[in-house]
Amino acid sequence: MKNSVIFGTVAAAASLAAGLASAGTLDDVKAKGELACGVTTGLVGFAAPDANGNWEGFDVAVCRAVAAAVLGDANAVKFVPTTGKTRFTALASGEIDMLARNTTWTFSRDVDLKFTFVGVNYYDGQGFMVPKELGVSSAKELDGATVCIQTGTTTELNLADYFRSNGMSYEPVPIETNAEAQQQFLAGACDVFTTDASGLAATRATFENADDYMLLPEIISKEPLGPLVRHGDEQWGDIVRWTLNALITAEELGITSANLEEMAAGTNNPEINRLLGTEGDLGGMFGLDKEWAKRAIAVGGNYGEIFEKNIGENTAIGLARGLNAQWKQGGLIYSPPFR
Amino acid sequence: MSMADQKPTQSFNLGMLIYDTRYRAMTIQVVALILFMLGAAWLVNNAAQNLAALGKPLSFDFLSQPAGYDINQKLIEYTSQDSHGRAALVGLLNTLLVAFLGCVLATFLGVIIGVLRLSKNWLISRLMTVYIESFRNVPVLLWIVFAMAIFIESFPAPRAFRGDNATASMVLNDSVAFTNRGVYIPKLVFDNGSMIVVLVFLASLVGIWLFGRWSRKRQEATGEILPNFWIKLGIFFVPAIAAQLVMGSPISLAYPELKGFNFTGGLHLRNSLIALWLALSLYTAAFIAEAVRAGIMAISKGQTEAAAALGLRSNRIMQLVILPQALRVIIPPLISQYLNLTKNSSLAIAVGYMDITGTLGGITLNQTGREMESVMLLMLIYLAISLAISTVMNIYNNSVSLKER
Repeated sequence: MKNSVIFGTVAAAASLAAGLASAGTLDDVKAKGELACGVTTGLVGFAAPDANGNWEGFDVAVCRAVAAAVLGDANAVKFVPTTGKTRFTALASGEIDMLARNTTWTFSRDVDLKFTFVGVNYYDGQGFMVPKELGVSSAKELDGATVCIQTGTTTELNLADYFRSNGMSYEPVPIETNAEAQQQFLAGACDVFTTDASGLAATRATFENADDYMLLPEIISKEPLGPLVRHGDEQWGDIVRWTLNALITAEELGITSANLEEMAAGTNNPEINRLLGTEGDLGGMFGLDKEWAKRAIAVGGNYGEIFEKNIGENTAIGLARGLNAQWKQGGLIYSPPFR
Repeated sequence: MSMADQKPTQSFNLGMLIYDTRYRAMTIQVVALILFMLGAAWLVNNAAQNLAALGKPLSFDFLSQPAGYDINQKLIEYTSQDSHGRAALVGLLNTLLVAFLGCVLATFLGVIIGVLRLSKNWLISRLMTVYIESFRNVPVLLWIVFAMAIFIESFPAPRAFRGDNATASMVLNDSVAFTNRGVYIPKLVFDNGSMIVVLVFLASLVGIWLFGRWSRKRQEATGEILPNFWIKLGIFFVPAIAAQLVMGSPISLAYPELKGFNFTGGLHLRNSLIALWLALSLYTAAFIAEAVRAGIMAISKGQTEAAAALGLRSNRIMQLVILPQALRVIIPPLISQYLNLTKNSSLAIAVGYMDITGTLGGITLNQTGREMESVMLLMLIYLAISLAISTVMNIYNNSVSLKER
């Protein structure tokens, strides 16, 4: 009797361990016929299911573009909601093929956690949100405040550093998901809610009385957010990296979802031709066909269109391009050339 | 083995390992053990290889690196510059705190509810049935989240206490504040000379114990019963209060005051601790109540009737006759309920309570990326806690179990 119990345990543990091994991610994804993409558990504008259960948002658009480039179908994505805590384990264990979950690119995540950040799709920084009736106008006045933080993020460490270097004390309230943070913050169980400024704006947009809350002017950290993959599979890393770059380059070259077909017929600009596959065979170099970038752009348009549609100034979230404008417009968004 | 003795000349051959009932059991066990060890070795090897392939060999160095994050409830000194190891220790103490408080309250409630469920009063026994069924049939995680939600939504925020037209006020002579961040109560401040008061108090505890022994002997010898409860209560309070007055009140109270964003000066019982504590206790109390009921019902009715025939009143029957015997039945399931409560406390992160799972298995794991090491340490720690609890409770169980002579 005892033996059978033991063998059961062994079998269960063995199947867990088997998940660790993985070879060519591109082949795996093609074989599965779908891309497993890790996203947030729900942050409007970045990744959240709409009323019909379809995921949409700024990060979701990256997943869909990669799926379109690799599989030819923007809907062949399995969205795996991850929390700040579970996301890295999910990626390291192979449960997801890529992570697009407003994740900050840091040294230790890149080097020690063995991930490859393929680029930056949003330049962000950590901010603070407070109710206006609190009467606070600067983060320097927050000595002794109770602060809600999403646990398992760089936010937690930035916050500790910021308060320590300014000689202030605070009471941290660690919270697992954005929804729980909203509940506590709205009920006044914490004075301040801190996370990336874009996340704060997105959260504030969902409040019933959004005007009663404000963001403090201080941005206390650099938070370059971008999609990431596991170390060790350079081909797959390249595919995700250059899909993102294709979206960015498309905006730079003026390729939009409206004129995509026209451009794909052939233009005078050799870079557009190389990108859209009418000249040369860039896609073949990493195991895709010639039209991979065209399909990626066709899903939601170029980087600028995706930005405007999901988090731009005309949406409830209302973020200005700011640092995230193209380099020609004074921003930091810059793609290496397609050559 | 008399059969075997009669034919000792038969020589041993390999087939006997399978066909001879004397050896077969041993053979099966040896084969199973070898297979099990092979399986375990394969698992360990597989994990080690995969970790090496990921470039993350097993290493516990991260425990001595600075943690970098803050923890709200800390029973020992801790800053964000301390090591991950110390952060884990802070979490461990938080786990032990909530487990201890939970076990005490769950036992207290469980015994009362279990006894009341057997009450002859229809209303009371039905109410207790409703309590037990509703608590033990809903997952404890939901109770924890529910308790926290009630806390956050029903109590006022600290800022409601501020200003001339404050909508909330402190209770008990302005000494206790119920807010949605927790309860702020006065805390004891120990000045010079308070050591003596504490010593007097400890001495009076010893006094209570000595008095109890003396009083029991006296009762056995003479049959007279002293008003034990009141005398013990007197010994508990009078000497300590006298010492406090004689020494010029060295122990004083610091009251919580609204200062800046929060109440300061008092003791802050965080909403996460209270919600987790209450939810775990109420949930586990329902199981303990059933164990208590089973224990009491295991004592034959003749015992009650015999005690009643001797002229004992019903509460004395319960105290002197039923419960001491019922304990033998109650304690073994009680041990497993204590273990359950302790393990369920790992759900603490749902309400942001920083227990060992929240520190070592949460933030530390996430910031260092050492999943394997952290989870193994966590399992070891919970194993050690559980084994310690069951050892202590088994010693107690042996002390109350039936001594056969």
